[in-house]
Amino acid sequence: MLSPYCDSPANSLVCKEWVIKMNEILNINGISKKYGDLVVLDNLSLKVKSGEVVVIVGPSGCGKSTLLRCINALEIIDDGEVALDGKAINPHDKNLSKVREKIGMVFQSYELFPHKTILQNLVLAPVRVKKMNRKEAEKEALHLLERVGLLSKKDNYPRQLSGGQKQRVAIVRALMMNPEILLMDEITAALDPEMVREVLEVVLDLAKEGRTMIIVTHELQFAKAAADRMVFIDGGRIIEEGEPKEFFENPKTERLKKFLHSFTYE
Amino acid sequence: MNENVIAMLISGIGETLYMTLGSVIIGYIIGLPLGILLYVSGKNGLRPCMPLYRALDFICNIIRSIPFLILLILLIPFTRLLVGQSYGSTATIVPLVVCAAPYIARVVEASLTDVDAGVIEAAKAMGASNMQIICKVLLVEAKTSLITGFTITTGLLLGYSAMSGTVGGGGLGDIAVRYGYYRWQTDIMVITVILLIIIFQIIQTAGMKISKKLDHRKR
Repeated sequence: MLSPYCDSPANSLVCKEWVIKMNEILNINGISKKYGDLVVLDNLSLKVKSGEVVVIVGPSGCGKSTLLRCINALEIIDDGEVALDGKAINPHDKNLSKVREKIGMVFQSYELFPHKTILQNLVLAPVRVKKMNRKEAEKEALHLLERVGLLSKKDNYPRQLSGGQKQRVAIVRALMMNPEILLMDEITAALDPEMVREVLEVVLDLAKEGRTMIIVTHELQFAKAAADRMVFIDGGRIIEEGEPKEFFENPKTERLKKFLHSFTYE
Repeated sequence: MNENVIAMLISGIGETLYMTLGSVIIGYIIGLPLGILLYVSGKNGLRPCMPLYRALDFICNIIRSIPFLILLILLIPFTRLLVGQSYGSTATIVPLVVCAAPYIARVVEASLTDVDAGVIEAAKAMGASNMQIICKVLLVEAKTSLITGFTITTGLLLGYSAMSGTVGGGGLGDIAVRYGYYRWQTDIMVITVILLIIIFQIIQTAGMKISKKLDHRKR
């Protein structure tokens, strides 16, 4: 989005800031989350721009998944603020579901509706929540299914699909709402190695297409390929963030060095 | 066996089915929303509200802790007020419903609690309202378990409807009590028991078959 005054050179600096500011889809500002005495997120801030793919890595239990769940208020934050398009997300607001429509989420264990066919899984939310015409929703669903190579499975039930296929369906289901931002919570963690690839290729495709995404993953090779920005979280804080190349080849903090090292075998 | 006895048994079957189905249907009209409310207001529900939950929980427990035979007698004034008389199969439906509704509420609550929390979360994340989650996700995903619960409840009410025979409730139980117990006609007693077993089997088998057929989770 460009400011109408951008062509004036005198304004160029202001303009640049304005453009960046406008492009910011998600602004996580100093959020904290505690479970009893356990601090899961500690005054964490993160900004995500439109079209940006942010990949979050970190040891188990560092708060990555909680961070994602706090964004769409599946977990209620104790402190700080999450804002989408400049508007704070209030978990107690009646409009929370309207905000959630704009935030797609894909889960580690797929969470497809077991008693609905693949097609029914896909059109449920667009038809019921977004009040989209059923015919149109079905057309869109078939189109997206074809894109992920699962058109032939449209009338099957989730149990008849492999893990990788289920996860691709789950991604399509999130896309059906045409969200402004997609949250992916360790989507390959429950998959066999061969299936990881088929899922990640879909995600890479979305990244190239310019989808805004926050991806939590343990697949570092994939992270390298997909990320515009890497974030390393430990103990509920961002320890280091940066461009993927710099992040992987030249980590600045000892903690990240140690973490990256734990993935290599000599 | 003379024709009168056969005619009596046939009308007994009719009355028994009338009481059982009548009470199960009215019981569900009251118990299903109650069960949903219990689930929704519970600690891990869609909209936890502990005072409401505790109140409903308390009422359900109180009614369920009264033995049915006592409830049957205890409710006679209420039944008379509602139906105009305290005996006969229509009157029996009243205590049956009072007994069944909290039971059904519990069964429904248990079925809904069994629905995978992750699936509900997925629906929430898609922006579904609580009402949409209840109607389009919870009830759909819990349907096999709900049907199993329905079958068990119907079987239970069939037994209870027979119990109402002790206070002149009509149906096969009534016949068993009047002829088998008071008049020592063991043959009629045995026949009513066999008929009750057959009806129970039919309900149970049909319910489980339907439940299994609708289950898409496993092969």
